[in-house]
Amino acid sequence: MAGSSIMETLFQRNLEDLIKASRQQQVQESLFISKSMDEIRREIKSTDLHTKSVALQKLSYLSSLHGLDMSFASFHAIEVMSSPQFLHKKIGYHAITQSFNDDTPVMLLITNQLRKDLNSGNQFEVSLALECLSRIGNIDLARDLTPEVFTLLSSSKAFVKKKAIAVVLRVFEKYPDAVRVCFKRLVENLESSDPIIVSAVIGVFCELSLKESRSYLPLAPEFYKILVDSKNNWLLIKVLKIFAKLASLEPRLAKRIVEPICEHMRRTGAKSLMFECIRTVVSSLSEYESAVKLAVVKIREFLIDDDPNLKYLGLQALSIIAPKHLWAVMENKDFVIKSLSDGDFNIKLESLRLVMAMVSESNVAEITRVLVSYALKSDPGFCNEILGSILSTCSRNVYEVIVDFDWYASLLGEMARIPHCQKGEEIENQLIDIGMRVKDVRPELVQVSRGLLIDPALLGNPFLHKILSAAAWLSGEYVEFSRNPFELMEALLQPRTSLLPSSIRAVYVQSAFKVSIYCVYSYLLHRENVASSIGYGNQASEVSESVSKKECPESSDLTSEAPAFSEQDEGFNPRDSNQSFEDPSTENNGDVIVTHAQSSTSASLGKSSFTQESIVNLLNLVELALGSLSGSHDVEIQERAKNVLGSIDLIKKEILNPVVQEEQNLVREETEAFNAVKLMRDAFSKELGPVSTSAQERVAVPDGLTLKENLSDLEMICGDAQLPLPNTFSLGSPQYGEKVDEPLSDLQSKDKSESLNESTSLLAEHRKRHGLYYLPSEHGEIVSNDYPPANDPMSQDKVSEDAADLVKLTEQSLASKKKPNHVKPRPVVLKLDGDEIAIAAKKPGLNGDTLSGAVRDVLLGNEALPTSSRSNSSDKPPSKKKGKEKLNTDLPLESQDNLGGEEMPGGTASSRKSKHRSHGKERRHKSLGKNDEQKEDNGQKETQRSNHRHGRHKARQKADGHLNVVAQTPVIPDFLL
Amino acid sequence: MGIRFILMVNKQGQTRLAQYYEWLTLEERRALEGEIVRKCLARTEQQCSFVEHRNYKIVYRRYASLFFLVGVDNDENELAILEFIHLLVETMDRHFGNVCELDIMFHLEKAHFMLEEMVMNGCIVETSKSNILSPIQLMDKTS
Repeated sequence: MAGSSIMETLFQRNLEDLIKASRQQQVQESLFISKSMDEIRREIKSTDLHTKSVALQKLSYLSSLHGLDMSFASFHAIEVMSSPQFLHKKIGYHAITQSFNDDTPVMLLITNQLRKDLNSGNQFEVSLALECLSRIGNIDLARDLTPEVFTLLSSSKAFVKKKAIAVVLRVFEKYPDAVRVCFKRLVENLESSDPIIVSAVIGVFCELSLKESRSYLPLAPEFYKILVDSKNNWLLIKVLKIFAKLASLEPRLAKRIVEPICEHMRRTGAKSLMFECIRTVVSSLSEYESAVKLAVVKIREFLIDDDPNLKYLGLQALSIIAPKHLWAVMENKDFVIKSLSDGDFNIKLESLRLVMAMVSESNVAEITRVLVSYALKSDPGFCNEILGSILSTCSRNVYEVIVDFDWYASLLGEMARIPHCQKGEEIENQLIDIGMRVKDVRPELVQVSRGLLIDPALLGNPFLHKILSAAAWLSGEYVEFSRNPFELMEALLQPRTSLLPSSIRAVYVQSAFKVSIYCVYSYLLHRENVASSIGYGNQASEVSESVSKKECPESSDLTSEAPAFSEQDEGFNPRDSNQSFEDPSTENNGDVIVTHAQSSTSASLGKSSFTQESIVNLLNLVELALGSLSGSHDVEIQERAKNVLGSIDLIKKEILNPVVQEEQNLVREETEAFNAVKLMRDAFSKELGPVSTSAQERVAVPDGLTLKENLSDLEMICGDAQLPLPNTFSLGSPQYGEKVDEPLSDLQSKDKSESLNESTSLLAEHRKRHGLYYLPSEHGEIVSNDYPPANDPMSQDKVSEDAADLVKLTEQSLASKKKPNHVKPRPVVLKLDGDEIAIAAKKPGLNGDTLSGAVRDVLLGNEALPTSSRSNSSDKPPSKKKGKEKLNTDLPLESQDNLGGEEMPGGTASSRKSKHRSHGKERRHKSLGKNDEQKEDNGQKETQRSNHRHGRHKARQKADGHLNVVAQTPVIPDFLL
Repeated sequence: MGIRFILMVNKQGQTRLAQYYEWLTLEERRALEGEIVRKCLARTEQQCSFVEHRNYKIVYRRYASLFFLVGVDNDENELAILEFIHLLVETMDRHFGNVCELDIMFHLEKAHFMLEEMVMNGCIVETSKSNILSPIQLMDKTS
């Protein structure tokens, strides 16, 4: 065995051989690698440490460049790492840093070796161990090695010290309690005369403050000194990053640092430092006009530079400042627009974001027009970026920037026709959303939908199917605004609809149903009117009036109906005037028209287009088109098709022999078919509204119902149950749904089982029995909707607020463009409180983690206390609390002093001030809106309560004993000086 | 953690050096390298050197046939990272003398060592070339 080991050593390929060999293997790299791996597996088991280490070295090489698993060698790596020879040790450490992670089982075995090396007199060994700790350190390692790291923090060798400082970051992150041990020494190093050490410390604070910055406010004086004195750009950039975080927390600090930062901006030639200054100003110091102005000048220099990097960063800086100082973007408008056609996708994207930031109520039409025409010319990727950002900008805050919804509806239609458009889903959502929210736009939406539906070419594009589904739904739901329902019907039933996926096809069928019911109903209504006008004028007009009331069943008072009807009038007027006077029977109706203008509109419309022939044709068409679908494999389509066919069967019979029936019906006033149609029409014209996202929450949980937290067992029960159709189509009040279901399914079942003759009589009987439930006499309960009607006074308030906001916006956005001329008032946009919640929910919560908690403790001067002796805050005498509260009220003045000069008069004072500053801030957050006097009185309660409120973040910290609340030791850490 | 990883990739997309400062599994590394290489190598000299990728940024720079790619957090200073890349190249240049891809291939350990001197735990700790190189020179002498 020993012999073979020597042989191995003699003939082992070293790393260089391996690399050379691999370079010659051009063809079968994988084969070569697997061969080498076999070799390595053999060699690594060698007893000779040199052979082992070379094998490990080769393995690390292959693993890092070819992604091979080297976990099998973990133990060997530890052996090599423990070698007394530095060269072996280095290889071992390299392998460990590269391959170990929290899941490595032998991780525990390295603790002792690491400790030994950290204590080594050889600084390079120490460095290896530190590097290793910084890369793979886990909780155990961090905890066990904290004392060693602490010692190294005051090492005399800068080489070791700076690495120890960098390692502290990892140790803190994994084991927050280490803060109590190491933090003071870390802060002391800020004072070091060696710039490298200071730089390392600042690097650590920079990373720490990114996660949670409030705790580091007390160190501001030190950072400030560096900001003013240092000439090292690396260091300055880090300090600026820290200040960017701190300044947004403490306005007085911001005031102090504005001037030094501007000074750097004026003086420096380094672009990186310049950019950091700019970024700090635009993100955290945007209230300081002069600084912002200077920054914008510098941004402009970036923008006009030839270097694409600077250009990109300039645009990025602009987009940071855009929300607060839109003028900065406006000033560089030309450049931004020009960058839209840059050769670089990233630059184009940035400038697109900026263009969208410039959008306001007054220029939205113009900007989108330019962008849409630009999208037509761009590559598919960017085209969709443009469309996506138009859609999201226009829909922001419930369509805040849109005044002319007719325009927006047609824009959506136009966007759907852009060849590369892949935003089908978003367009679908918005079409339906504005349809439900904005009443006034419905005629235009139906018009747009018609355009999309009748174009057979669009059916072939799968990206548009979603949009077509929305169009079909809209034209079915709002069919009363359609100029020509027959045309719409043909579009919905055209043969190419077979290209649609079944879920969307079902929408088409349902819409066809709604359209046909509308047509038949209008026709019947008209017939009735004609009939009644002969002898029963009054009665008929009553009927038609009551019918027209039901067009908008959800709005109870007639005044609020007015806008909707006038809109309808506008739409139909031309035809009305043309045709109604040609028809002699209208003359007979004269008095009806005068007295009941509204009802006559629909009546005369019926007369004009809904002749018996056209209706029969329509029904034939439906039967023809849907006949084949009644055998569809998709249940949704099949069921809907059968429903339609069944009800058409019913209707048709009556319409086919009208002359006989008409005379008789005069007496009976209502026929079965008419009733059925009217019922369905009523059901369909019941308005659907948007549902608030919080609607479900408002439903109280009934007694005795226990809700499970975890629904995982539900999956077992209904494993592969399919979800219902997209929720957009299931909106509406539940009562409504039930009511429709019942009659339809009943009709259906009767129809199927009985012959036609029987079915009508049975239906009549059925109706007689259940008539009460069928007739929509109980409108009262339908009215109780859970969303506010469009003309609700409350929502009008909202809108007026909204309008005020818009006015403000336009004033702010120093747009040099023409002022908006409001020819049309902005229509009412339905808003739900859910929308606002969704908007507000974006605000990030205050985050505190265990690490920052620990840091705060140390800065508050608690680190001297051993963990065990820390007691709960509730044990503390209340008098102390009170005193603290009082101090808090004096807070502003004190902290002003604190920041006023970086040289503090006395250590005691300064530390206490800073301590209370960070406290006060928390308190201020927590007790917002509470009475101040009260606060003084129940100081203790207050503290506890607030502690609870933030308990979630600080669970760990609390376990340590409410440290940040107590802060009772007036020991003054001198590092705050 | 400012810097998340440093990659050196040649024109053909082969990785020549990979240093990660956060733990990723081998599959994750492979996927990441593939995506980044595809994204960055297709870009021209006239385009900017910053690419947004997932939730971080990649700052890259090309020297001859070799791409230096550095993945950084979003609030890292891009221009400073570019300077860092340049410093790295200059350091290697000083050590190897006219550094090329082969130098890095055959002295991967040294390249790693230099990086370890410059960056620790994702933070840049050393920016002086002579400080970075002195331990390596010392080791070269002893061995």
